[in-house]
Amino acid sequence: MSRFTPEMAARAAELVSLYPEPRSALVPLCHLAQEQDGWLTPEAMEEIAELVGVTPAEVRGTASFYDMLHTEPVGRYLVSVCTNIACLLGGAEALLEHAERRLGVRAGGTTADGMFTLEDAECLADCDRTPCVTVNHRYVGGLSAEAFDQLVDDLRAGRRDDEIPPHGTLVRVRRSGGLRVPRDQVASERQAMAAATAARAEAAKAAAEAQGAEGAQGKGA
Amino acid sequence: MAEHAPGERPRLDAETDPATSGASQADASETADADAEAGTVPFTLDGRPAKARPGEVIIAAAERAGTFIPRFCYHPRMKPVGMCRMCLVEVSGPRGATLQPACFVTVAEGMEVTTTSDKVKKAQDGVLELLLVNHPLDCPVCDKGGECPLQDQTLAYGPGESRFVEEKRHFEKPVPISDLVLLDRERCIQCGRCTRFAAEVAGEPQIDFAGRGERVEVATFPDRPFSSYFSANTVQICPVGALTARPYRFSARPWDLDQVESTCTTCAFGCRVAVQASTDRLTRLLGLDSDPVNQSWLCDKGRFVFESVNGDQAAGAPAPRDRLSEPLVRKDGELVPAGWTEALAAAAEGIRRATDEHGPGAVALIGGARCTNEGAYAWTKLAKGVIGTDSVDAQLADGLPGEAVLSLPRASVDDACRARVVLVLSGDVREELPVLFLRLRAAALEGGSHIVEVAAAETSLTSYAAVSLRARPGDVLTLTEALTPQGAAVPPPAHPQGALVSAEELARARALLAGDDGDGSGVVVVLGRPSLAEHGAVVAAAARRIAGALPAARFLPALRRGNVMGALELGMGPGLLPGRVSLDAGRDWFAAAWGGTPGTRGLDTTGILQSLADPQGGTGVRALLVVGADLPQDFVDAALARRALDAADFVVAVCGHPGGVTDWADVVLPAAIEHERPGTTVNVEGRVTRLGQKLVAPGQAWPDWMIATELAAELGADLGFASTDDVWDEIERLAPVFAGVTREVLASPSSRDGVVVQRPVGGVAARQVLPIDPIATPGVESVERQGAPPRVGLAEPPGAEELPHERRPRLAPAGGGEPVASPAPGAGLEEAANALGTPHVVPADRYSMRLVSVRRLYDAGSAVAHSPSLVPLVGDAAARANPHDLDLLGVQGGDAVAVRSARGMLTLRCEQDARVPRGVVAIDFNVAASDDGAPNAAAALIDAAEAVVDVRLESLR
Amino acid sequence: MAVTDAPRIVTARVGYEDSYTLERYLATGGYEGLRKALSMTPEAVAAEVDAASLLGRGGAGFPAGRKWSMLRKDPVTYLVVNGDESEPATFKDHLLVERDPHQLVEGVLIAAYALQVSQAFIFIRGEFALGLERVTQALNDAYDHGAVGADIFGSGFSVDVVVHPGAGAYICGEETALLESLEGKRGFPRIKPPFFPAAIGLYGQPTVVNNVETMSNLPWIVLHGGKAFAGLGQGRSAGTRLFALSGHVKRPGTYEVEMVKTTFRDLVYAPVYGAGVRGGREVKAFIPGGVSAPWFGPDQLDLPLGQDEVGAAGSMLGSGAITVMDTSTCMVRAAWRIAKFFARESCGQCTPCREGSGWLERVLRRIEQGEGREEDLDLLLDVSDNISPGLQWPPQQTTICVLGPSIPSSIHSGIDMFRDEFLVHVKEGRCPVG
Ligand SMILES: Cc1cc2nc3c(=O)[nH]c(=O)nc-3n(C[C@H](O)[C@H](O)[C@H](O)COP(=O)(O)O)c2cc1C
Ligand code: SF4
Ligand code: FES
Repeated sequence: MSRFTPEMAARAAELVSLYPEPRSALVPLCHLAQEQDGWLTPEAMEEIAELVGVTPAEVRGTASFYDMLHTEPVGRYLVSVCTNIACLLGGAEALLEHAERRLGVRAGGTTADGMFTLEDAECLADCDRTPCVTVNHRYVGGLSAEAFDQLVDDLRAGRRDDEIPPHGTLVRVRRSGGLRVPRDQVASERQAMAAATAARAEAAKAAAEAQGAEGAQGKGA
Repeated sequence: MAEHAPGERPRLDAETDPATSGASQADASETADADAEAGTVPFTLDGRPAKARPGEVIIAAAERAGTFIPRFCYHPRMKPVGMCRMCLVEVSGPRGATLQPACFVTVAEGMEVTTTSDKVKKAQDGVLELLLVNHPLDCPVCDKGGECPLQDQTLAYGPGESRFVEEKRHFEKPVPISDLVLLDRERCIQCGRCTRFAAEVAGEPQIDFAGRGERVEVATFPDRPFSSYFSANTVQICPVGALTARPYRFSARPWDLDQVESTCTTCAFGCRVAVQASTDRLTRLLGLDSDPVNQSWLCDKGRFVFESVNGDQAAGAPAPRDRLSEPLVRKDGELVPAGWTEALAAAAEGIRRATDEHGPGAVALIGGARCTNEGAYAWTKLAKGVIGTDSVDAQLADGLPGEAVLSLPRASVDDACRARVVLVLSGDVREELPVLFLRLRAAALEGGSHIVEVAAAETSLTSYAAVSLRARPGDVLTLTEALTPQGAAVPPPAHPQGALVSAEELARARALLAGDDGDGSGVVVVLGRPSLAEHGAVVAAAARRIAGALPAARFLPALRRGNVMGALELGMGPGLLPGRVSLDAGRDWFAAAWGGTPGTRGLDTTGILQSLADPQGGTGVRALLVVGADLPQDFVDAALARRALDAADFVVAVCGHPGGVTDWADVVLPAAIEHERPGTTVNVEGRVTRLGQKLVAPGQAWPDWMIATELAAELGADLGFASTDDVWDEIERLAPVFAGVTREVLASPSSRDGVVVQRPVGGVAARQVLPIDPIATPGVESVERQGAPPRVGLAEPPGAEELPHERRPRLAPAGGGEPVASPAPGAGLEEAANALGTPHVVPADRYSMRLVSVRRLYDAGSAVAHSPSLVPLVGDAAARANPHDLDLLGVQGGDAVAVRSARGMLTLRCEQDARVPRGVVAIDFNVAASDDGAPNAAAALIDAAEAVVDVRLESLR
Repeated sequence: MAVTDAPRIVTARVGYEDSYTLERYLATGGYEGLRKALSMTPEAVAAEVDAASLLGRGGAGFPAGRKWSMLRKDPVTYLVVNGDESEPATFKDHLLVERDPHQLVEGVLIAAYALQVSQAFIFIRGEFALGLERVTQALNDAYDHGAVGADIFGSGFSVDVVVHPGAGAYICGEETALLESLEGKRGFPRIKPPFFPAAIGLYGQPTVVNNVETMSNLPWIVLHGGKAFAGLGQGRSAGTRLFALSGHVKRPGTYEVEMVKTTFRDLVYAPVYGAGVRGGREVKAFIPGGVSAPWFGPDQLDLPLGQDEVGAAGSMLGSGAITVMDTSTCMVRAAWRIAKFFARESCGQCTPCREGSGWLERVLRRIEQGEGREEDLDLLLDVSDNISPGLQWPPQQTTICVLGPSIPSSIHSGIDMFRDEFLVHVKEGRCPVG
């Protein structure tokens, strides 16, 4: 396992094809690997390295820069509680403490059953609904303690499966195809347009000169 | 020589044109250089006028103007990144003076730079204090303590006390990142020098930054170590003690070290080094920044084989156990210790017996590539002048015929790196001459050189090559014909399973090589041995064809062994005499000087061994001198070497380590080896550099030249040498190509990078010497260097070595006849080279596969074998072949296979390797097969006399 | 309360339940701006944008028209849209990508045409899962509609647009870090100069980087003309702008208001906007433009929402995030939390930011926990000064990018405005407020 399944491999190839340079697909491919496995396995990083032409050390080095890319397993649900300034003002710390008690893990930890990973998050950009909470990057805040408990129960019972896919599935809508315009076509079109622009500029300049000359004449007359 | 290839990139520090500077030390060129040095972009530095070169960054321009700006991440041989912020200075701009990284900002005309203002001082203090925030401050137990730029710059620029009282960042420490290098992440200051080296210089980004913010660390991928041949350069350039090399860790404190400048002779590239020792043991080698050669880098083998010099010495023992420290003479079948007098007499006696009975041709000398130039010359003079034999060969059928190498128009390394097209016709350059690989890689990536590669399998240069052509052994003859401008009609070499090269690839390569003028101008051929299972004469013939078809092309020999170029230049090959002249052309000159020269061309190593093994009516070789060569292990044809040694009447072994030839020797003479002797060496491009002595050789070991001189005396001849200086003076006087390269020239500060022979001395001598990066090259003077303008000087210049008083020459100098005109350098060589035959390559048959045997950097040779840190890095031999071929044979990867040649049979593990083309089996040279146990597995299959070796593969599953 | 009657430019549609669908978009004038643009010359489109005085909405407030004119001429150029929105308390782009993705796509296409770029990338913060879905869907629909891809609307102009997900790193909002990230690397900012994207950008090619909101204004500007846009607001600060209002107000939310004509007080107190401070308390301080901005006190509430006006007062409108802190707020805790954010989000590339952010956070935490020392306040200011020499506005920096000099903003403001409160923490080990 952990290598891309044939279907995923096809999606990976399409992702690579969207960019002028393969390495650009590194982060999207990491998301793809997480969609398959829930986290970034070493095997996935090696495969991504092959796909984009870098070393596994570079994939790991790059991936480890980003909070959303997990080089260690995470729970099925990543519960992120924002504690940044707006949420802090809105009672986030109390909610985080409550969440820690409720889930029995400290922020950063994963429940023993592998269901939940709790995270003390930076601003999630939903600051008018504090304290802001997301589950697998789906907004569910601002939550009271009771609402949080209800959320946990619902998730455990699978009642929000439609809305909140398991960790790793970031985008359920897929791009409907690769690039439509061949790169050399773009190049030739740009060239043609640049030529047209230059011609227009030339014409405008000529016109301006002619007008200037006319104006000067007019004055003289 | 100054006409560089059209594709050449502009270089700021280019040699001045020797055509204008003249052949002697030219003052004019020095002033011209001084101008170039000053640059043309005027700016203001701390209120004084200064000049920068176009495109130069502030930190470098300031340094040349004598202002040292502190730094950590900047390294003059890598692209600046401006990360550490230690080099902040005030720079005037549209928005007034702002703090800018001096390492990153290019000097612009009229720019005002202030390096001493309060604002700058505050910023530098601030950065230092911040760097120490998470630094463990464990200087007393840190290897770097005493030569640490962080420590030193803190003293020079930093605040007194840290105001940081919080808990520091913690990491597990230290963690190995490779077999040779350990990482202490707590000491790391995230300057990115190591990661940039890996990616930018070595092209192996197996270490990278991981994490973010304060948690940024250097990391490998789990279970994928930084297994680069160049890994320990990261240790040298790490500005703190975060990266340490296993062989050096805790072995010395910097202030106990002292050092000498020298040249690494592990391979023939000739990297400049500082050799450091503590209490008469070598502790460390550091790369010096020699612009035309190694540009501060070293390979790990060159850096760590010094362990073999130290040897395995028990505490308090007089000499290392695995070094030869006294002469030995075989008595009743046993080698027993003897004094020099007895041993030399025994050696002379054996030689005399052979010559008396069978003439001078009955004595042969193999080896010399591990000698200094002085040693090589002394042995040549002894063999060719005193004994009178021309059967002298420094190569073990692992190189190219000397006449061919010396007759081809020569290119320097810089020429190759500035060439429009580099044709690589050699083994994998990274395996053979590792630092040349770094130079060529950079040339391909940045300099725009096109690499055209002809190789039996993919090499480390393949991914940088414009065209990479697959050639099986023997193919080069047809292939080079097809590559000549007239070669369009020549079909690619035939192959039973279809051609390995397409007509389009050939056409592309042909066009590149011909160039606009059609004469190959701007082409440099890197010429070595693509495979040791293909006769050197085949490659030499191909090279001569290229030289003929592309008259403007020039050649950089890629011979590998130590001072093999010095040995060849000093006549250690059949048909050669010292100074790049043929035996015929130089006979009279040297006869007049030496009192005698051989009458006819002698035998090469293969010929010598054949002659020993199959004596034909008493005319053959009977006695053998082996000078610093491990014949049974290193010769390409193991069976022949053993038969020859068994059959020899008399064998003298001159070497530093026991084992190998000494098992056959009648007399063993202990020799001083690297770092134990002064002298000079010649690298692949013909650059003469000085070797420094840092150690006293163990016990009674002597340097080579002294052994030759004393043996000559024992034979009744006086070589006329009382010191290395005497030898060099005679080389300069007699050997044409070295004329003008006097000791004074070599010792002058302006020839720190050495002198390339056959280039006007003035041009070379006047070249600008780069200051070593004061924090790239730690040394005992580190503390001073951090604070003050860095000094150009580093190690003590090497000195001469003299005979002990009681061993001064006793006889009058030989020679002294009427003066004869000196031959010109190169005289007679082309004719001699053309007279070499072109071996016949048998066509491949459908059932056999052609053997390719390439050398790896880490092999089972004696230097590595005696270096404990490197031993684990030697791989084992496997038969690598294309998956298609193996499928046809029903062999799977990992299977044991029997490999049979006309010469022998071998049992090996088989590996599928798509980089090996069809019809070829690749077996690394000079490594042991784990199944078979043969120390040099491939040598069991090779017939040294054949052009190519065909083998059959059979699964033993 | 000045609530002007300026039109809603970028939020006209967000009230519809189905505002993100192509149907709704087309029914409300969608893609008309693009059609009009395609009927003009690229230069004419750029001229309208220049005339609009559309200041970049990402934080730096650089005029979009000027930026476009600086794009180095090269056969290969790129447009990159910055939808990384991670500045704390900023959530306006979040609204735009989720609620009106077609408007963004149309804006991108107009810019792509005006700039004649080779390809456009919409970089969207990875945590915006729904936003990514909405923009991806919109792009798919737009392709089907003939608005993207080859020969757009039969005009002969072709361009591809790619949605690129971020992966959780605030620094990737900084434009050069964003480009590095888009190239598949760690988000380490590049050094400007020379890496001004317009000269050396994505893959070393000239690149325009603009914010999501900046792009979303383009359809309206093209349809109504740059002049109409410039007629709103005042001076350089033309048009309307989205402000994300958060903290202790009764109605936090994203509001589109006319620039300059509206003041902070309007925004905080007008019933249609913030509707005043919660619990009837007073404003103790407010952050006028994201946590990178120095704080303002109640006496600055009457400043107009104009870029130059706020700049002159010593702070910035920045990302348009206004966070109100009432009298119940512990300012040490607020400063500490912001410092913690920067410590976690520093990319780690340059020393002052990497080490300084963590140091400042630790010292503030100590003070907040009642273990501070009196000299800590000077220490905080001095370490801050080593990151941002002189602690002045606009800031200087010892760092590579301006994340560095953003760190001291709240610390400096906090100590300046509430020194007594800090001192109580230090001397008495307690918080005077909470
Ligand atoms: C640390 C830092 C974070 C930033 N984050 C964002 C961001 O999330 N979104 C954004 O549009 N601009 C952000 N910017 C500003 C961008 O660098 C850039 O100025 C902007 O995207 C340009 O678009 P505009 O001209 O349309 O405003 C950030 C800048 C810095 C220094
Ligand atoms: S200021 Fe901070 S975020 Fe910016 S480059 Fe430096 S370390 Fe990175
Ligand atoms: S920033 Fe210039 S030396 Fe590091």
